[in-house]
Amino acid sequence: MSTTQKQDAMKRIEAELKKCVKCGACRAHCPAFTAFQREPAVARGKVALAQHILKGNITLDNETYSAMSKCLLCGSCVDKCPNDVPTDEIVIAAREALAKQRGLTTFHKAVGQVIKNRKVMNMGAFAGAILGPLFFRKVPATSGLRARFPLPFVGAARHFPQIAKKPFMDRHPEIIHGEPGKPRVLFFVGCMTNFVYTEIGEAALALFRHLGCTVIIPKGQQCCGLPAMSGGDLDTVRQLAEENLKALEAHEADYIMTGCATCGGALHKLYPQVVGKRNPELAARLKAVADKTVDAAVLLQKLGLKPEETGAADPLKVTYHDPCHHRTAGIAKQPRALLKGTSGVELVEMEGADKCCGLGGTFNVYHYESSMKINAGKSAAIRATGADAVVTGCPGCIMQLSDGLKQAGDATKVLHTLQILARKIAKEK
Amino acid sequence: MLDRQILEKIKAIVGDDNVATSTQDLICYGYDATQMEFLPDAVVHPGCSDEVASLVKLANQEGFPVFPRGAGSGFTGGALPKGGGIVLVTTRMNKVVRIDTDNLIAEVEPGVVTETFQIEVEKLGLFYPPDPASLKFSTLGGNVAECAGGPRAVKYGVTKDFVMGLEVVLPTGEIIRTGGETVKGVVGYDLTKLMCGSEGTLGIITSIILRLLPYPDAKKTMLAVFDSIDGAARAVSTIIKGKIIPTTLEFLDHATLVCVERRFKLGLPEEGRAVLLIEVDGDRDLIEKQAGQIRELIEPLGVVQFRVAQTAAESDELWRVRRLVSPSLRDVNPDKFNEDIVVPRSKVPDVIRKIEAIQNRYDIPIVNFGHAGDGNIHVNIMVDRSKEGQEEKAHLAIKEVFQAALDLGGTMSGEHGVGLSKQPFLPLELNTAQIAAMRAIKRALDPKNIMNPGKMLPLE
Repeated sequence: MSTTQKQDAMKRIEAELKKCVKCGACRAHCPAFTAFQREPAVARGKVALAQHILKGNITLDNETYSAMSKCLLCGSCVDKCPNDVPTDEIVIAAREALAKQRGLTTFHKAVGQVIKNRKVMNMGAFAGAILGPLFFRKVPATSGLRARFPLPFVGAARHFPQIAKKPFMDRHPEIIHGEPGKPRVLFFVGCMTNFVYTEIGEAALALFRHLGCTVIIPKGQQCCGLPAMSGGDLDTVRQLAEENLKALEAHEADYIMTGCATCGGALHKLYPQVVGKRNPELAARLKAVADKTVDAAVLLQKLGLKPEETGAADPLKVTYHDPCHHRTAGIAKQPRALLKGTSGVELVEMEGADKCCGLGGTFNVYHYESSMKINAGKSAAIRATGADAVVTGCPGCIMQLSDGLKQAGDATKVLHTLQILARKIAKEK
Repeated sequence: MLDRQILEKIKAIVGDDNVATSTQDLICYGYDATQMEFLPDAVVHPGCSDEVASLVKLANQEGFPVFPRGAGSGFTGGALPKGGGIVLVTTRMNKVVRIDTDNLIAEVEPGVVTETFQIEVEKLGLFYPPDPASLKFSTLGGNVAECAGGPRAVKYGVTKDFVMGLEVVLPTGEIIRTGGETVKGVVGYDLTKLMCGSEGTLGIITSIILRLLPYPDAKKTMLAVFDSIDGAARAVSTIIKGKIIPTTLEFLDHATLVCVERRFKLGLPEEGRAVLLIEVDGDRDLIEKQAGQIRELIEPLGVVQFRVAQTAAESDELWRVRRLVSPSLRDVNPDKFNEDIVVPRSKVPDVIRKIEAIQNRYDIPIVNFGHAGDGNIHVNIMVDRSKEGQEEKAHLAIKEVFQAALDLGGTMSGEHGVGLSKQPFLPLELNTAQIAAMRAIKRALDPKNIMNPGKMLPLE
């Protein structure tokens, strides 16, 4: 591959790089900077490095790779940048250029291979559900698992969620008919909900059926591709975007609903931004999907869910964590409004609710310690509220928050907004 | 260039993990908010004053320059490693050591972020007023070294007015303490004040004792739009003549008003020629009374719009007008030179008129806003660097702007300092004897000229 081709990704963001005036405002908001306390870890530093890659002063070597890997793609720098520098796009482009130059890491290669194919994932999940207990032991008093043997990439203390015995999508038909005249909702399930936290999928289904909606779970849907993007594997992202497009276009629907902030972010923002910009033929179709995509909680509110009818009366004090992919999409008030209206639920705010939990896709794998350093602040904020449960809208955050709390020996429950909202109707079922 | 042996000695002082030499690291510590860039030979992150002292001693022995750096958010290149050497970063030294509620003082390390400190003291009902625009990310050490200001300076003063004492590693490596914890103290020269605003040329600040105040009971925010710049300026002096010292008197000129309004639609009348954001703080009843008095005082001066915030949210809304200035400027031109001249309060309209003339002469847009209460105006010369000749024009205009401020009895910098960018203009403001006196101080303290060399004073 020629140097020009390798640099293509960087060329695309050349104009964006000029917007950065190195004021340093990103230092105040960047979770990676909080953890590393070094300038290459902050947005301003990454922009400077990208500028120097284009000038030819530095190459796509280990040091550049190391700096670019220190980003959670949380978008907080983008939110707060006085000059609207899209550092997330810049980091994605740099990671793509790095991957093209150096090849994907073994881990990211594996990620790409797995997420590219739901059949492989199904098999993996089956194997995980069966073999998991052999490799992991249950930790007393918690629902998580802890590795029996040291594993590469991960610390011994780390907690893993259990894989479901049967994936969510295998439990339900493709179309679940609702009442005539009620909205038709396409459910983009997402891998975590399908294979791990199936209860979130069940909650979503129960709630939309409660509203009389027809729920369609397109069989052809795949992973959204975000884990691949995290490693710079944009080819996989593009392939998955196209397959998802086909699967979602196969059905007539009013909305595309997702219970995962990350999947929502992919469909709503990243597909048009990362895939659409480079493939004008797909751009209009991706935009149509993006326009229809809506977060489950936002849609429930829009469709007039009365939480006081759906919530259970058992008193529960909860605090809410804003997933990054919600924050960047302006979703914050809607889930809180629903939670506040749910009978028996008391919502208390934590300090820094909109700060990243530290997961950041594969950041958590390569920089586990730093990821947990970021998470430590979150755990402390959650604990300070005295809540029984921390509630959020992203299964990825749920995994990270659970790991942090369990390691701190904290019994605070970690739940999805939909699980709280569906408590009563789930019981009635 | 630092040879391997010296690098090993540096590593022996701070540990391998705290020394970086990859080009990537050097790039990331070679810039600040000026758009200038110089690569150091190494980046060093010491963890305590003893390590700083050892590094400085080594620099004297081996003859390499040391460039102290906080958050690197300066506007004049004060922390840039021009000529190479080591960048000494203070961010690891970031502890609030103690807050003494009996004596209303606090001791902090230089790497503490200003806002972090403010939040800490506010939890105890205390107040640290200096509030540079960069307070969310700039460090207290950097604030002291540059003597940062901010909107509250009109009532409370600037950083140096809150620094009671310092621990400084001198350019020869000795650690000294200046000032102290007492309000009074007149023994010897006032080295504390000398260090404040010395831009890292006279030593490295390793500990700071700051004065605190009780947190004001309440505050009240108002916004007034005037039909003339003179009206706004007279409003400033009228309020102060009326024996009210507001916490803040922020000013936007017509060009700024139009910029903000077109981009963000905040309901400002475009026919307005100037905006004042006024805030008073203190006793709840008193500020209500003062807000009424202010309105009465300024209304006859051509006010076309007056808003008073009744709630914290409304106050935030009014502050947005000021906060959104920077993000909206890019609509004028992509690049800016941000200068921070000061003139006596009453001379603000004169300097604005002079700047308008400069703008017309050079045909480049100039947008002015800033702290009218203390006459500190941010003059933003907006250019497009990609267009030929614009940058040169800007430099000529900048010189004339400085001259205009000086002619009116002002100064060429209120809070950004001199650094590299204003260094060539220093002789406009300081005469030969003044510069010679400053050079004598520098030579006496830094005989080998290793401490942030080549900054502030014009090259000999």
